[in-house]
Amino acid sequence: MRRLLGCLAFLVVFPVSAQDKVLRVVPHSNLNILDPIWTTQFMARNHGYMVYDTLFGTDDKNRVQPQMVDKWTVSPDQRLWTFTLRPGLAFHDGKPVTGEDVIASLTRWGKRDAMGQKLMTFVERMDSPQAGTFRIFLREACGIMLEALGKPSSNVPFIMPKSVADTPADQQITQSIGSGPYIFKQDEFKPGDRAVYVKNTKYQPRKEPPSGTAGGKHVYVDRVEWNLALRDAQSQVNALAKGEVDVLERPAFESYEQLKKVPEIAIVTKDPLGFQYMGRFNHLHPPFNNPKVRQAAIAAMQQEPFLRAQVGVKEYYKPCASMYTCGTPYASTKGSEVQSKTNMKKAQELLKSSGYDGTPVVILKPTDLAAIQKLPDVAAQLLRQAGFKVDLQAMDWNTVVSRRAKKDPPAQGGWNIFLTAWLAPDVWSPLTNAALGTAGEKSWFGWPADDQIEKLRDEFARATDDAKKKAIAEQIQVRAFEIGTHAPLGEYVNPLATRKNVTGWVIGTGDVYWNIKKN
Amino acid sequence: VFVFLLLRLTPGDPAAIMAGDAATSEQIERIRAGLGLDKPLPVQFGIWLGKVAQGDLGESFYYRIKVVALIGQRLEPTLALASLTIFLAVIVSIPLGVLAAWRFGGWLDRCLMGFSVLGFSVPVFVLAYLLIWLVSLKLGWLPVQGYARLSEGFVPWLRHLILPALTLSVIYIALIARVTRASVLEALGEDYIRTARAKGLAETRVLVRHALANAAIPIATVIGIGIALLIGGVVVTESVYAIPGLGRLTVDAVLARDFPTVQGLILFFSVVYVGVNLLIDLSYIVFDPRIRY
Repeated sequence: MRRLLGCLAFLVVFPVSAQDKVLRVVPHSNLNILDPIWTTQFMARNHGYMVYDTLFGTDDKNRVQPQMVDKWTVSPDQRLWTFTLRPGLAFHDGKPVTGEDVIASLTRWGKRDAMGQKLMTFVERMDSPQAGTFRIFLREACGIMLEALGKPSSNVPFIMPKSVADTPADQQITQSIGSGPYIFKQDEFKPGDRAVYVKNTKYQPRKEPPSGTAGGKHVYVDRVEWNLALRDAQSQVNALAKGEVDVLERPAFESYEQLKKVPEIAIVTKDPLGFQYMGRFNHLHPPFNNPKVRQAAIAAMQQEPFLRAQVGVKEYYKPCASMYTCGTPYASTKGSEVQSKTNMKKAQELLKSSGYDGTPVVILKPTDLAAIQKLPDVAAQLLRQAGFKVDLQAMDWNTVVSRRAKKDPPAQGGWNIFLTAWLAPDVWSPLTNAALGTAGEKSWFGWPADDQIEKLRDEFARATDDAKKKAIAEQIQVRAFEIGTHAPLGEYVNPLATRKNVTGWVIGTGDVYWNIKKN
Repeated sequence: VFVFLLLRLTPGDPAAIMAGDAATSEQIERIRAGLGLDKPLPVQFGIWLGKVAQGDLGESFYYRIKVVALIGQRLEPTLALASLTIFLAVIVSIPLGVLAAWRFGGWLDRCLMGFSVLGFSVPVFVLAYLLIWLVSLKLGWLPVQGYARLSEGFVPWLRHLILPALTLSVIYIALIARVTRASVLEALGEDYIRTARAKGLAETRVLVRHALANAAIPIATVIGIGIALLIGGVVVTESVYAIPGLGRLTVDAVLARDFPTVQGLILFFSVVYVGVNLLIDLSYIVFDPRIRY
């Protein structure tokens, strides 16, 4: 008994000692796929930013800046791009980064990523005349080269060793060897439990200050641990309050009030552009195979009710009439009047004049994804008010994900509307915004078909003048509202919560962990 | 066969889940083919069965590691939690049950049975949050969450397990105490107890050596079932305390439609159930020498 008491006293008196230079992060989701080219999952992308480096980055003003690239030249006819890599770049296994590695990486990326695929339609060939140089020969000039190579969100063109990047694009890579600021500890990776990254001591950051995914990637901690097991929202708050973890990447909106009351915790909006909500229609089946019905639905789906119900915290959301992220170069209100300058009465009139025959609208409602689970309820209510007959079907998110890929009629397991959220860079241009692809059954779920938008997207890719690109982007948006590709439902930010002794958060898109100091 | 078919009939496509948000239907189709899910069901079943016969439970769709290895990674936390929970439950509930039976109808009995009803009724997550609030946040004695492996030291291991085990053990204390009380109560009415008391044996000896020993079989059965249930059924506790155990792995695998992992886990749980039941049956021989197999 005396021994038992002694043991208990020991447990109480000596708490676990904290390791000062270990940054303990609770990411927004589980890391289950380690290939950021094979999947568009954000967790895979974030893993990519830890391990790999990029040729270009995007700063907090959304300008593309060189990262691995030292300098580059463009021929007068803009068909030959020559890039020189920074000296001293090396992979984690010690091998230098060469032009051949870059070419293999871009080739694989160009088979998976939508923007990469678009870029590759212009590419005639690539070569590497010297180890630190690579060239891209184009069939014709295009205006998306830097935008594509510096794109900050999925799929990011991460640079891998040629031996890894030669993996067929439809197979996952089996090694996480990059040249980025952190080294992935494969031996410590426990799926669903923990992912560990250690400082790459040989990494040579750029001299410019860090900004977004650009600038110097300085690492001031020895180790970053992603706690993949801690997914209960209240337990996350408890763990941060007690100092057992340092960062909550995306706390639940309901948690902010509680978090703000803890003096040792700071709320940091490191990604001011945040996310955009979206309602997507299935263009293949009634009633949304009728553009007038889609317009009526867009008119009914006012943004404020969605934002109020889902986010709730006024300072974290804002309506945005643009299909492109508000505050970015292509953002515009043109064409949005059907949604932004209308009301329920007008929506009802539009529906009546559309010839809607009372076909039930199947809305997919995920019950287990807190970030979007209230949106379908709001959509159902608004559509009912407009005169739609609604069939709201509850299911887990992964069933939504599977079901939205089905082209079957709604009565046979298909769907009419699903709602989702996109990170700002995913929707800030006509080429990254998947919902603006209108190549019919080859486009993103919902499968809209419209030759005019496709033609404009091609023109956008070819345009090399910023003003012209902006004008084309506006035309695309006007047409997209006209045919009702989807309904933008407003924007929000989801600030991270961190212990106050953790500083140096890089403002910009993406969850990146360089420049962070832990005192 | 049932689990295999049930999984395939469940709505949800692992290829679509793995592809991510921006994937197109074509990309999903390619992933599906890569996973072998485009093959007819009998062919998929035949492939899986063939591998199982060779001791290979397949590879997780997501993690690209063997299901056996995945289960191996998650086994320690679950076994540790289950063992400590059952240990706590047994050392608390059996004496309580015996005492309640001994003082049948008295205040002690009523209090214990009242506690028992409470133990059954309070949801696990409520108790977990209460304990965390009190023991971890207010008193600062124990960690809020996480699991430390035994290889990291016995003290961290125990510190991380005490609260989850306490949380889980309450319901088992309630269950085992009730069964113990009922069994001992029944034994206390038997002639051999009257004889023992008539012989002048001390009451403690009567209760332990005669009543409890003869009431052991139902108690052992409940404990055994408890162990089996704990191996795969502690999802809520594992979630609240962020313990990477088999319960969480099962739920994650089901939600992600990770068919090989779910099939492997079900097979593993089945083996555990059968094994535990076998041990329970064998233990009867120890408790009652009259039993022969």
